[in-house]
Amino acid sequence: MEQQLASILDKYQHNPLRLMDILIDIQESAGYISEEAVGYIAPELNISRADVEQTRSFYHFFSKKPTGKYSIFLNTSVTAYMMRRNAVARTFEQEAGIPFNSVTRDGLIGLFDTSCIGMSDQEPAAIINGKIFPNLTPFRVKELIRDIRAGKSMEELVVEGYGDGENSNEDIRAVVNNNIRKIGPVLDPRYKPGEVIWDILPKLTPEQVIEEVKNSNIRGRGGAGFPTGMKWELCRKAKADEKYIICNADEGEPGTFKDRVILTERPKLLLEGMVIAAYATGATRGILYVRHEYKYLKTYLENLIQGAHERNLMGNDIAGIKGFNFDVRIQFGAGSYVCGEESALIESAEGKRGEPRDKPPFPVESGYLGKPTVVNNVETFCSAVKVLLNGGEWYRSFGTEDSTGTKVLSISGDCRYPGIYEVEWGFSVNDICEMAGAEDIQGVQVGGPSGSLVGPGDFDRTLCFADLSTGGSLIMFNYSRDLLQDVVLNFTNFFIEESCGSCSTCRIMPVLLRDKLKKILDARGVKKDMDDILAWAEVLKASRCGLGQTASNPIISSIRNFKHLYEQKIRRGTEYDTGFDLNMAMQDGMAATGRFPVTQS
Amino acid sequence: MSKQITFTIDGETCKAEEGTYILDAARKNNKYIPTLCNLEGIPPKGACRMCTVKINGKLVTSCTTRVTDGMQIESEDPGLDDLRKSILEMLFVEGNHLCPSCEKSGSCELQALAYRYRMTVPRYPFFFPRRNIDSTHPKIIKDHNRCILCKRCIRAIKDQNGKSIFAFLNRGHHTKIYVDPDLADKLTDELADRAVEICPVGAIMKRGDGFKDPIGERKYDKQPIGSELEQQL
Repeated sequence: MEQQLASILDKYQHNPLRLMDILIDIQESAGYISEEAVGYIAPELNISRADVEQTRSFYHFFSKKPTGKYSIFLNTSVTAYMMRRNAVARTFEQEAGIPFNSVTRDGLIGLFDTSCIGMSDQEPAAIINGKIFPNLTPFRVKELIRDIRAGKSMEELVVEGYGDGENSNEDIRAVVNNNIRKIGPVLDPRYKPGEVIWDILPKLTPEQVIEEVKNSNIRGRGGAGFPTGMKWELCRKAKADEKYIICNADEGEPGTFKDRVILTERPKLLLEGMVIAAYATGATRGILYVRHEYKYLKTYLENLIQGAHERNLMGNDIAGIKGFNFDVRIQFGAGSYVCGEESALIESAEGKRGEPRDKPPFPVESGYLGKPTVVNNVETFCSAVKVLLNGGEWYRSFGTEDSTGTKVLSISGDCRYPGIYEVEWGFSVNDICEMAGAEDIQGVQVGGPSGSLVGPGDFDRTLCFADLSTGGSLIMFNYSRDLLQDVVLNFTNFFIEESCGSCSTCRIMPVLLRDKLKKILDARGVKKDMDDILAWAEVLKASRCGLGQTASNPIISSIRNFKHLYEQKIRRGTEYDTGFDLNMAMQDGMAATGRFPVTQS
Repeated sequence: MSKQITFTIDGETCKAEEGTYILDAARKNNKYIPTLCNLEGIPPKGACRMCTVKINGKLVTSCTTRVTDGMQIESEDPGLDDLRKSILEMLFVEGNHLCPSCEKSGSCELQALAYRYRMTVPRYPFFFPRRNIDSTHPKIIKDHNRCILCKRCIRAIKDQNGKSIFAFLNRGHHTKIYVDPDLADKLTDELADRAVEICPVGAIMKRGDGFKDPIGERKYDKQPIGSELEQQL
């Protein structure tokens, strides 16, 4: 073991800032990160065991105990349940002979739950030893477990044939499908990689690049909508010996998968956007932070970066521009939604827990290693390339006045055509439903769990920053769905699972709200429980980051927009409720004595 | 010498050096803003959210926000008071805080603040979590029942090489304080005393040491929390 650990440490020059990579490599090679491994690497990195433990214990894909020779992580997202996850999960348990979150006694198979893995258009999906297995059925599960027991290799487990487009590339070989349904100016396949870097950048000063981006009015595509040109300008003006460009490819908002498709189909466009941002801001180093779930793209992306170096699109004196140097490294996450928050992402890239930082200072002043840093979404970088190619004015010809350009949407749930759509801003929810072949729709989750759940009364509202703002996730629910049980409860559990735990508000309140919601779902609720939820949730506004501030959105927006569903569940004519359930409280005693109340059937 | 600037807290004019955190600036002006995680002399973290104030209607933590010239800060209004009381109640239901049997009673900041905000029974149901008392270390006892995860020990207690002895373990509502077993073995008495002293509650206790000050004669038994500043007015 020590030899293996030593070579991993050597690979990252014993640098504690690369603790994430070190732990990822240990987890992958050993199947877990043992106490002994922690004890070995801490002094080698000149940090305490506590420093290693705090990072190790933060991320979902790091495990203290063995996770099985075949570690199966089955997605728990809303869409997975809609596509019959329960039957798939049951089959996994039956065939493997163990419940979830455990490992078979022979150490062969481990079954685990995991939050949305970015495959909402092909659920239920699982990750097995880093490979994606989408569209699972009970039959397929039986086949998989049989093959695993027969000692087949990971490659042999794949029987479906590889997915469309670059998913079949020899560096990827994934069963995943792109499901691109609509292409707009940003995803346009007639893109010539490197064209902007070679033909346009040398003719422009960094200030002119920023001017053009500002002229386009493009705003951040991750959801927050900060003006990109202004962000670049602030970073340009910050004085420092080193600056960083970080691409946020940590899309973890349940229901989002557009960045996965862009990373697969237009990665060169993304990298070109990062190079442009580097030129504009004066940054010399870049980090592409990719969520752990997309690790199957690692070799592919690494080779593309290598290729960019060979073609002088990265490295030194890029495109012949003297002194323009820029290099990108890939940083993988390890399973944490909150790392999509830019300052948490930076912390994670520094090898730490993904806890958001207090702001100000913002990353443009003090980001990665305290240096000025631009963090932009995958789609923002891609759009910037097209802005430079065709001009800011051209870009403004798309979308609305307040929200210019296009947005890549990830559409999933109850619709005939789930997948990726690049559309101009300004379409209504109704338009989107028609486009995706969604009929008889009861509600649409716009912007993922942190967005809002809207009903038919709001379907004429439009997608734009001023009205329904979204990072691109839209999940459709028809009338067969129990919105409160299947959607709202699932999302609330998601926020509880993904809280970093730093703010008292976000650590505690979502649990209290979930318990209230469960009380209502169990038909034990009264009207006051709804009032309490609305009043109590206010404290979340005092949380540091967007996760905490939006953690009550699923419950609050559903109480506002689907009040009748709550009213159907609560007890009528009862205003006062002690919240105390005698039978529940006496359960242990009843079990011990074997005596049960006569009212219990 | 930094520039002196003027700002207001609840309409009253205050002065401070530019760049001071609001919480510290308020303290210098004999204005008390409650906090559980802030500690003079160590970097702020904004963990407890108790010091939340309003600036232009926006909620910010005063321990992590620097005061600027002309800033108008609202610290005491019914909304903020209830927010702080809510946070206290949440902390009470999250752990197991049994004041009558706690060695820290009387010098506990959580208890003192609960009195200040006139808390009686929390509006939230108790979690009654099953938590351990970790007494495996030679100098200190870590009682997880009482921990409010303020991160003071993480930030303030480092060994002679600057390494962390305390750290966060896990995340979300599973978060707890991890005590580095190797470094805790080498903990000096001085540092152990300091850890006990900075813990706002009774979550870190000194082994073999207790009830030095009789109950009734402890810090907040004599003087309510915050009054040391407010009496100066």
